[in-house]
Amino acid sequence: MSGTYLGMPSFPRAAADSTRDMRLRGNLRHATHTIRAKRAQAVEELGDWAELREAGAALKERTLRHLDHYLEQLEAAVTAAGGVVHWAADADDANRIVTELVRETGESEVVKVKSMATQEIGLNEALAKAGISAYETDLAELIVQLGDDLPSHILVPAIHRNRDQIRDIFRKQMGSWGRAAPEGLSDDPAELAEAARLHLREKFLSAKVGISGANFMVAETGTLVVVESEGNGRMCLTLPETLISVVGIEKLVPTWQDLEVFLQTLPRSSTAERMNPYTSTWTGTTDDDGPSAFHLVLLDNGRTDALADTVGRQALRCIRCSACLNVCPVYERAGGHAYGSPYPGPIGAILTPQLRGVQSDLDASLPYASSLCGACYEVCPVAIDIPEVLVHLRERVVEGGTAVVRGQKTKIKPAKGHAAERALMRAARWAFDHPRAMRAGQRLAARGRRFTPRRLPVTAAGKAWSASRDLPRPAPQSFRDWWRHTRRDGGGSDAPRTGKESAE
Amino acid sequence: MRVALFITCINDTLYPGTGQAVVALLERLGVEVDFPQGQSCCGQPQFNTGYRREAEPLARRYARVFEGYDYIVVPSGSCAAMVRENYPRLGAEDVAGPMAATYELTEFLVDVLGVTDVGAYYPHTVTYHPTCHGLRMLGLGDRPRRLLEAVEGLRLRELEGAEECCGFGGTFAVKNPDVSAAMGADKARHIEETDAEAVCTVDNSCLMHIGGVLSRRGSAVRPVHLAEILASTEEAAR
Amino acid sequence: MNSRDIVLSRIRRALADVPRDGGPEETHVPRDYWQRHAVRNDAQRIDLLAENLSDYRAVVHRCASTELPVVIGRLLRDRGARRVVAPWAVPDGWLPGDVERVADSAGQSPRDLDAVDSVVTGCAVAVAETGTIVLDAGEDQGRRRISLVPDHHICVVHAPSQVVDSVPQALSRLDPARPQTWISGPSATSDIELDRVEGVHGPRRLDVVISSPGAG
Repeated sequence: MSGTYLGMPSFPRAAADSTRDMRLRGNLRHATHTIRAKRAQAVEELGDWAELREAGAALKERTLRHLDHYLEQLEAAVTAAGGVVHWAADADDANRIVTELVRETGESEVVKVKSMATQEIGLNEALAKAGISAYETDLAELIVQLGDDLPSHILVPAIHRNRDQIRDIFRKQMGSWGRAAPEGLSDDPAELAEAARLHLREKFLSAKVGISGANFMVAETGTLVVVESEGNGRMCLTLPETLISVVGIEKLVPTWQDLEVFLQTLPRSSTAERMNPYTSTWTGTTDDDGPSAFHLVLLDNGRTDALADTVGRQALRCIRCSACLNVCPVYERAGGHAYGSPYPGPIGAILTPQLRGVQSDLDASLPYASSLCGACYEVCPVAIDIPEVLVHLRERVVEGGTAVVRGQKTKIKPAKGHAAERALMRAARWAFDHPRAMRAGQRLAARGRRFTPRRLPVTAAGKAWSASRDLPRPAPQSFRDWWRHTRRDGGGSDAPRTGKESAE
Repeated sequence: MRVALFITCINDTLYPGTGQAVVALLERLGVEVDFPQGQSCCGQPQFNTGYRREAEPLARRYARVFEGYDYIVVPSGSCAAMVRENYPRLGAEDVAGPMAATYELTEFLVDVLGVTDVGAYYPHTVTYHPTCHGLRMLGLGDRPRRLLEAVEGLRLRELEGAEECCGFGGTFAVKNPDVSAAMGADKARHIEETDAEAVCTVDNSCLMHIGGVLSRRGSAVRPVHLAEILASTEEAAR
Repeated sequence: MNSRDIVLSRIRRALADVPRDGGPEETHVPRDYWQRHAVRNDAQRIDLLAENLSDYRAVVHRCASTELPVVIGRLLRDRGARRVVAPWAVPDGWLPGDVERVADSAGQSPRDLDAVDSVVTGCAVAVAETGTIVLDAGEDQGRRRISLVPDHHICVVHAPSQVVDSVPQALSRLDPARPQTWISGPSATSDIELDRVEGVHGPRRLDVVISSPGAG
């Protein structure tokens, strides 16, 4: 695994490999099942969870529906508090702004707090090209960076690694990035955490530039909020002289008091804690406390395309808790890398195709990476109806239509490779809309049932089914024929009593 | 009370026994049931795969065929959920009445008829898998369990990870065969671990997948629709 | 067009379906959630705070305000702390005579702080339902970094006045213009197999001293 998402295979192809990786399956199963039970308990503790969820969804919806208003309010508040606001229409824009800002400090090293937005835009790679080393300081991000790997989970990017693998990565790689792993490092999580503490301490104490994202931005006050556990966030947010925060434009909440909803739902949904160990809030700069320069880079990069879609828009409510990943049976078995994006799991399956479009094979396969079981929607603390958006995006894939791409209204062609399926769906609809024809088909199938194999290695779909499952046999007589034969004179009617519809 | 049966296309073609069981069960409970022959498929396969336009005519057909009935009983959580939850998203006109009259079988028994003990006899060990659309879209809750617990002779076995999807998911099963198979294998393993003779659901579509996996594994556990258990009587068992 | 104009105009085009005259209020926000999850008297609220702090591995001590020097002195001695940083408003009397008091000053570097054994602060508010103490850079709390770099933090909570039930109550007491640190137990991580391990970059030992008015 090298650090790029470009050219990755479609979800089913990637999953064909990952579902056979028994160590990966074991790691994911262990981790997701551990957190599932804990989350349920943490949520259970709050008698008003449903009301918090409803309020959270509505607050985010209000923010999105008036995003321009709130962004301008935020910009004014941050500026008044001593911060500098930058706007980035896309990834290149954002990378250029951040690179310039770091160059102006004269530094060639930066420390980073875990940030989905900077992963999304490939900031580390852009900085590296400019000769600037970015050090990830979140434990899981460190594991990913040292292992030349890609994140596979929103909250725990190294969830695909178990303790043995992490020990091996630390032993092999820490030395070339800075302080080496202690002699005789074991796979005890506490020892591994201690090794990370020692390794990163040097970097924190000398860092002059910190780069972060943010969990929330308060429009009313210009306050940014970072929710974390380890203290690496606090280090990056308070010790450097310059702080640059790259934040998606949808991360807003209207007022300070509105945080009361999300500071209750986020920790319980993500780490299953009543409250995460550390939450930092800051408003611009404070004299003699923390960074003397604060830059906020507001990132679009496809978000306004999602905003333009009245069904897909709800994906922008996401507060990145990752509860939907932890509960998803597909994520658990396919793993995060199969989603080919920093946003894996159910939320990734609806976010990525909206941020990047549905033109590549990978992106067009993502809306189908779900059995529509609805477990994600059930746990989502901002009530994103993920199955609804998945189905909506499937329509965009197979039927095309109009969507906004990079701010431009664009006619989207149906994705390749769906022609046979489209024909089948049309034929099925025609048959279902002509019950007499369907009945004839059923009879034909019933007559041939002795010859129907339990495996069907002929068509692609037949092969896909038969590889792991036996086929059902058509019944000797359909229900409808049974009814006709046994109930001719009974209660059954051939046509509805309104008489508007014939059986044909 | 005018009651219609919406059999669903899968039951009609592959599992007519389930439909016959529903008719027998309802008639035993004194409900005269009608079967409008104009009915076909709810359109869920099309809708869930992205072919909303192909689903629309089927929704309109459903509305025409079932107009005027007080209750439309569906022995499938998934198809009932399609009608109740997704028809409004199709923008099909005049579906409100039939939509509201649509009940999944266990809802009809427990909520409309007010029965949990339907006088069934089924002297076997059974484990119950709550299928996703029944569980999460319709909110069937403990209705199926209450019905099963009231069946004479039936011993219910707890299923580990019961609320986790079996991996069917309609076209998901063939579009993502590896993930679907992995989910199915885990479900089958949990089912086998219960040592039950039969696994029961309110959806034959999921059972087709679960049964296919069990059969391929050479498992002795028999897939059976809840309606068939509820229709069983002591006389029939002899 | 600059990026600002591009982004804002994209947003306005994207929101063509939203009625603009009514302002944000056009989207109703139901606020039926609770302001607190139980009605508690002072003693119950303090007990819950202590319980929840302990649950996340903070070490909780309870004493009368007159006993603070004794309790803090013991905690520092047990730890073997020699150099202790404390903001100016922390009373001299809280620290034992045999430790070196290090001032919280603007010129201090992170490395200076790394050479300090412990930090003693007060707090702005404490939240019982979540086991959280909030520091807002008040005069007895100091700059954010002093409660971060040293490996041992002693935080004094004045009960009952500083203890609230819930997150909503805490937020309404706090001023967003001040930089804040909400602390719930010592630093921790769930990054290895989603299992919680205490002690990463922040102070690995957090002592919370809940002090009540009067003599012991």
